Order: sequence, then structure tokens, then C-alpha cells
Amino acid sequence: MQLVINGQSREVSAESLAELLVELQLDTSHVAVELNQAIVESSQFATTALNENDRLEVIQFVGGG
Amino acid sequence: MQLYVNENLVEVGNDSSLTDLRALYKPTADLLIVNGYPVADSHRLAAGDRVVLISRGEVPTETELETLLVARHTPGVHARVKQARVGIAGVGGLGSAIAVALTRLGVGELIVADFDVVEPSNLNRQQYFVDQLGMPKVAALAENLRRINPYVSVISHVVRLTRENIPTLFAEVDVMVEAFDAAAQKALLVESFLSNVPDRPLVAASGMAGFGPANTIQTRRAGNNLYLVGDEVSAAAPGSGLMAPRVGIAAHHQANCVLRLLLGEDPLGE
Repeated sequence: MQLVINGQSREVSAESLAELLVELQLDTSHVAVELNQAIVESSQFATTALNENDRLEVIQFVGGG
Repeated sequence: MQLYVNENLVEVGNDSSLTDLRALYKPTADLLIVNGYPVADSHRLAAGDRVVLISRGEVPTETELETLLVARHTPGVHARVKQARVGIAGVGGLGSAIAVALTRLGVGELIVADFDVVEPSNLNRQQYFVDQLGMPKVAALAENLRRINPYVSVISHVVRLTRENIPTLFAEVDVMVEAFDAAAQKALLVESFLSNVPDRPLVAASGMAGFGPANTIQTRRAGNNLYLVGDEVSAAAPGSGLMAPRVGIAAHHQANCVLRLLLGEDPLGE
């Protein structure tokens, strides 16, 4: 399906948020995800279904501060 | 004519000099400030001037100090930030520098939390001193902030921040700052704060290690109420250390983002 991820349209095969993070090869413990302007708690990644044209902000943090 | 001496309205003769004022109000004063600028005692006074007389080593009163801060700020800034409460999660390289900047702005209240103590390796970038080694960072920070502006209220928590206590400790902030070191902690803070306090902006940071170009560190909007500072790629790792310049640049991006949010300005100028 088609999603908008960080402002870019993208065709993905994932159907849940957890699957999407795997598809994007991201470390789930280092990401924060906003789905249609609401933060998704990491405990909900597996059960959060994605829908056509969902807008996501996926922030991948790197260490240092 | 009427003018202000140490914030009190006084009536003085029209030809009064600064020397007269000092003799009358504070003979021990050795720092003479008129309308925010240090001047010599031969300076000519005018009606409405704000004169502050300070003796070396003496801490000005809250009103005096704030008047002097306001003189260097852009007009209107101080009154707004004085009412504000800002939360800072983590007071290492980012958080300690952000706290110093916000204290110099005169932000009314800072809520800071960190479980760590000051270690020698911190001194390459963090706002601590060699005589503070071993102290809890929040205690050392509170001490340092008091030396800058004792009238900023600093609420310190020596605590490891968790999914559970983050929303409680920072429930009442106007703006929240993520200033952790570990990537997983950064993600946890963003998730925990924004899922529980979604109407308050959060300013986070990611990617400021090494000595890459300064201008790759940016502030962007990364979510509905989330601003992200950094180059987003330069992780702290063996061979790419955290050093004062880029960590300081990122910290001050965050501090300026906080200031713009408190002033009701879009952080990106959009």
C-alpha cells in the first residue's frame, strides 16, 4: 500500500507498524513514530494496522548528548 | 527630575550627577549602570534613567538583576520567559548547556532530572567544574545556575527517568526538552511524553557527535508537536566522540527553539 513516510510517498508491503519498521530496517528501540499526528507507543507497534495513505513520521534516534 | 535608583523611583535635583547619586544611595558602589550599560561616574543623568549601583561581590536583588538582564534582552522577551516552566530530561552535554542558556534568559522555572554523577570524562563538553566531580549532576547544575541567576527556580530530581515517571514529573511544563545520551532513552522520552502530554511541544536532539561541519546541525519539525535538532546521523561511537563545539551547537539550537516556542514564534520561522 501507499504511505507517506516523513513527507515522502512510499509503496510498502507491511500491514502493521511493526512490519513497517522491519521493512525499513529500523531498530524499534531507537525509533519514535507518529501516525496521523499521534504518537504510537512502542508496545502498540505490533497491533497498529496501517491503512492506505496513512501519514507517518518515523524518527530514528542516534546516540549522543 | 525623577529617575530610578536600584528600581526605586527617586526625585533628585536636575543637575545631579552619578557621583551625587552614589554618595546618597550607595557610597560603596563600584559598578555604575545606567539604562543597562556600565558607565563612568562622570556620566550625565537624564529624567527617567534607570540607575543601578552595585558593590563588587554583592548579589543584586531579584528586581535589580532582572532589570539588568532585560537591558540586554530583546524588549518583551524577559516578561514572557519569566512566566515559563521548562522541563529538561538529562543534564549531560546537551541538558547542562540548555539549562545555562535558559537561566541566562531568565526562564522562570526549570525542572531538571538525571540519575548520573559528574565524571572527569564529562568535562570535555558538559557545563560542570573539576571541583564538582562525584556530585549528582542535577545538584552540581543547580549550584552553577544559582551562580548565574539565583532567582530562577530550579526543581531537581535525582532519578532515572522511566515511561512511568516522565509524564508525572513533567506534566506541567510549557515546553519539554529531550537531552539524553542513549538513543533508546531518547525514543522512550519522546514516546512517553508526547503520548501523555500531547499538547505541549517537545524539543529533542539526535546526531551531534564528531567534528563534522557545524551547519549540518539543524532544527526541523519532526512531528505534530515535536522538533528535532541535529544532523540525525552522527552517532557517538568509538572513533566519533562527543565534543563541546557540536554538542554546544545542538544544545543552543534546542535552547533557541525553546525560546521561540515560549515567545509564540514558529521555531522554523514558517
